[in-house]
Amino acid sequence: MTDTDFIITVSGLTKIFDGITAVDNTSFSIRPGTTTGLLGGNGAGKTTTIAMLLGLLTPTQGQIRILGEDMVRNRHRVLERLNFSSPYVDLPKRLSVRENLNVYARLYGVLDSRARIAALTEDFALGAFLAKPYGDLSSGQKTRVLLAKALLNKPTVLLMDEPTASLDPETADWVRARLETYQAQTGATYFLASHNMAEVERLCDDVLMMRAGALVDQGSPTQLIERHGRRDMEEVFLAVARGETAKFQQSKTPS
Amino acid sequence: MTAYGRISALILRYLYLLRSSWPRLIEMLYWPIMQMIIWGFISRHLASSSVWVASAAGVFIAAVLLWDVLFRAQISFSLSFLEEVWSRNLATLFISPLRPHELVAALISISLIRTLVGIIPAALLAIPLYHYSIFELGLPLLAFFVNLLVLGWAIGLFVIALLLRFGQGAESLCWVTIFMMAPISAIYYPVDILPDWLQTIAWMAPPAYVFEGMRAVMFEGVFRFDLFVGAIALNLVYLVLGGCAFLYSFHVARRRGLLLNVGE
Repeated sequence: MTDTDFIITVSGLTKIFDGITAVDNTSFSIRPGTTTGLLGGNGAGKTTTIAMLLGLLTPTQGQIRILGEDMVRNRHRVLERLNFSSPYVDLPKRLSVRENLNVYARLYGVLDSRARIAALTEDFALGAFLAKPYGDLSSGQKTRVLLAKALLNKPTVLLMDEPTASLDPETADWVRARLETYQAQTGATYFLASHNMAEVERLCDDVLMMRAGALVDQGSPTQLIERHGRRDMEEVFLAVARGETAKFQQSKTPS
Repeated sequence: MTAYGRISALILRYLYLLRSSWPRLIEMLYWPIMQMIIWGFISRHLASSSVWVASAAGVFIAAVLLWDVLFRAQISFSLSFLEEVWSRNLATLFISPLRPHELVAALISISLIRTLVGIIPAALLAIPLYHYSIFELGLPLLAFFVNLLVLGWAIGLFVIALLLRFGQGAESLCWVTIFMMAPISAIYYPVDILPDWLQTIAWMAPPAYVFEGMRAVMFEGVFRFDLFVGAIALNLVYLVLGGCAFLYSFHVARRRGLLLNVGE
């Protein structure tokens, strides 16, 4: 495969904060139309990696290319085709849901914003609280609004940080189905950090495992489960987070 | 998508905010009117005992209204940015196609709107209350107004540079920064009553040129072009410095990851 086969290419990505390495010489590539999960315990470097992909954080070293553009130098060339959803960032609380969506539709240059907002209102069942201030919503409702905002510009690449955190299982399942439908319809590429292993197994074609800022493993959920000799991704996650990977690989090495 | 579209989107965001919050609207009107009323009574009192005040009716009302232009321009600019910090919206804004200079353009626009909304009712109310119309200053009023607005934006740029760097811990700077300039701005008294060493500093402050210019129009009936040019030149310097401070802070914020955390 060549570089042009990938929609996201990261090479030698490093971020050092005051002498502490948060992301250490990480490289990976993502094919168009796929979903890649970024897994790791707290402090593994997931959020830092996503922030660098979004251009919110300048890497200490390394390159990020999204949709063929250098994200450090020319991020504005691709931001209209990119979006992000995370319960850890917010929207203006005093503005109603409709006002927030309207502002962001204009920021992203959505042509028929009224129709787009109406479609997303239906898709994410926002109608009941469209006129309510965003700050008055429950965390589950906020997550749905954030996802609707993230799909306003029909992004080619969607980055998500725990997209279904704080949702009850039924709503989370419903949101995942919406994400699957959007991807099937548009061929969008997803890159998501998640702590929900069932979600990862369901959505992800490929998984990147991080520990202490470094990429320690990569593969499809099935490959990872098999390679680590575990029953599911939950066990793989625990093994990687606890640093049992090396032990496991050693014990499997034929004597 | 044009820069104009993104700037107007952000202006719309601030207008939505004003519409949804009547305390914010009232606050915008309250202080300029209150200041004008107090200084109107002081003027009326002093006019009976001071030849200086009596010879230019409304000199204090004009001064307080113009000072409020500077104050409103700066605080509206900084507070609108602070709204993004309070609502933890900065990261969401900067992953949209919005560019830093477009954010500044939107802040300038909303600052102009908020300043006009605050000042015009107070200026109009002074006419029936004190029989003084600041609009009688004519075209020079426009020159004073523009100079004070531009300085307000320049100081606003410094303030948001500090907000980007230090987060909410620096929010009180929004309110206090402008008052550091008040003693040397010669708002209610001429520059030459200041001690010599302070006069040198005062002439580095554009408001001193504006308020001296205002008194020249009101007392002597002349528009001092030299003061006008001095104010413009200094404002350009401060605007460029403020812009550089903002861009540098933005660069540092991206390097340190502060855009994700600002507001927490």
